[in-house]
Amino acid sequence: MNDKHDKHISSQFDAELGSISTRVLEMGGVVEAQVGQAVYALTHLSNETAEQVLTAEERVNAMEVEIDRDLWTIIARRQPTARDLRLLVAIAKAIANLERAGDEAARIARTVQKLVVSGVSSRLRLPLEDLAYASTLAVTQLHKSLDAFARLDVEQALDVLKTDNQIDLEFEGLMRKLVTYMIEDPRTISASIDLVFVAKAIERVGDHGKNLAEAVIYVVKGTDVRHNPVESVEAMVR
Amino acid sequence: MVTDTLERPPAAPAAVMKAEVRNLSFFYGDFKALKDITMTVEEHKVTALIGPSGCGKSTLLRCFNRMHDLYPGNRYAGEIVLKPDNVNILAKDVDPIEVRMRIGMVFQKPNPFPKSIYDNVAYGLRVRGLRNRSEMDDRVEAALKSGALWDEVKHRLQDVAFALSGGQQQRLCIARALATDPELLLFDEPTSALDPIATGSIEELIQEIKHKVTILIVTHNMQQAARVSDYTAYMYLGDLMEFGATNDIFMKPRRKETEDYITGRFG
Repeated sequence: MNDKHDKHISSQFDAELGSISTRVLEMGGVVEAQVGQAVYALTHLSNETAEQVLTAEERVNAMEVEIDRDLWTIIARRQPTARDLRLLVAIAKAIANLERAGDEAARIARTVQKLVVSGVSSRLRLPLEDLAYASTLAVTQLHKSLDAFARLDVEQALDVLKTDNQIDLEFEGLMRKLVTYMIEDPRTISASIDLVFVAKAIERVGDHGKNLAEAVIYVVKGTDVRHNPVESVEAMVR
Repeated sequence: MVTDTLERPPAAPAAVMKAEVRNLSFFYGDFKALKDITMTVEEHKVTALIGPSGCGKSTLLRCFNRMHDLYPGNRYAGEIVLKPDNVNILAKDVDPIEVRMRIGMVFQKPNPFPKSIYDNVAYGLRVRGLRNRSEMDDRVEAALKSGALWDEVKHRLQDVAFALSGGQQQRLCIARALATDPELLLFDEPTSALDPIATGSIEELIQEIKHKVTILIVTHNMQQAARVSDYTAYMYLGDLMEFGATNDIFMKPRRKETEDYITGRFG
């Protein structure tokens, strides 16, 4: 994250910041995979994959606790200021968002298990493909925001913010579709209600990606862009 | 709503200025130690001067009480205008003694006079012609209270000042400076010779007295500047690199050079 002209006098401090940033990205990778697996479990109604998602949750939780602990240590010992402080504050927010995205993946996995146990057949007409598409958008958001974090890339972060409403639109479309399915075929009601929560979980993953992107902008520009319409955010950071 | 801290001016328009530095340059003989410095000092606020050794922060501080006049070959260019009367304290026709009556100074190492605690504080008042014993007692007590030292020394005012601890001696020097009701108090690394506890009490004292006197402080300890000051000026090689609200300087300075210095990337 630092180029060679950008080093602290204390190389140990550089090492600490580098190490913690790397571990955030590792955690991000695990969560990204977790969400992807949750979606696979859903579209394939795979109990086994759902189980893997739930196992990964423990790892994500442990990573969050560990990174948090190191974060406090750096703050206590180094008394960081300016961009170092902003980076550490952003990391605290990033890992909280990643952990919650992981929770959403686990929620999807548990729903899959419930669907499998309740004997939902893949022949039952459910908008799983639409959910898969929305999930792809959400996973891409998460991936792009992690990438923006790794390179402290404001443009990439802005791009995440701009595409967030796509997921929201997709979510609304899914809701309409699920309601239609329930009206047309009452046998799908129980499963469709579960899928409403899945759709919400997917939307939340996208939101966590967006929060991460906002944290990246805060690190680089020092500007808090939360709760602002995306159109004005661009003007704020340029 | 979002506040873009970068756009905020160094001081709110309603702020009252205590002093204004205008295009100040300073020369030690041929060496230009300060280069065209322009900044303001807001009344009843703490302004910190930070920067690496040799950046000119102490030189700038010393301009405020004309200490450079003590050595030949030193030369000022530009002005330091003291408010509200708009006196350029660097002007040749302004007596440095007059300036030092209005602007007190506290040094790096506590430097009490080899006198009693009482006489240290009373000294400046006597110089100013105060003779009335009971008024002197009252003012010494008030100054020692302002210096947060009264409770510790009230029963031994006639003890020699050197009997006090380092932190107490420094608070005595602050009380001594406050006794004459200065308008501006200059602190030159006031805690670098003190332990963290004594440092904490001096920092606390600075917060208490800033309601009475405007403070300008030079410190090597950036965290101290962050803790005690309202405004921070970052200097480098005689230039004022950045001046702004301390919150902005320590969260999002405008210049990369400032950020490199305060985050420890300078070197």
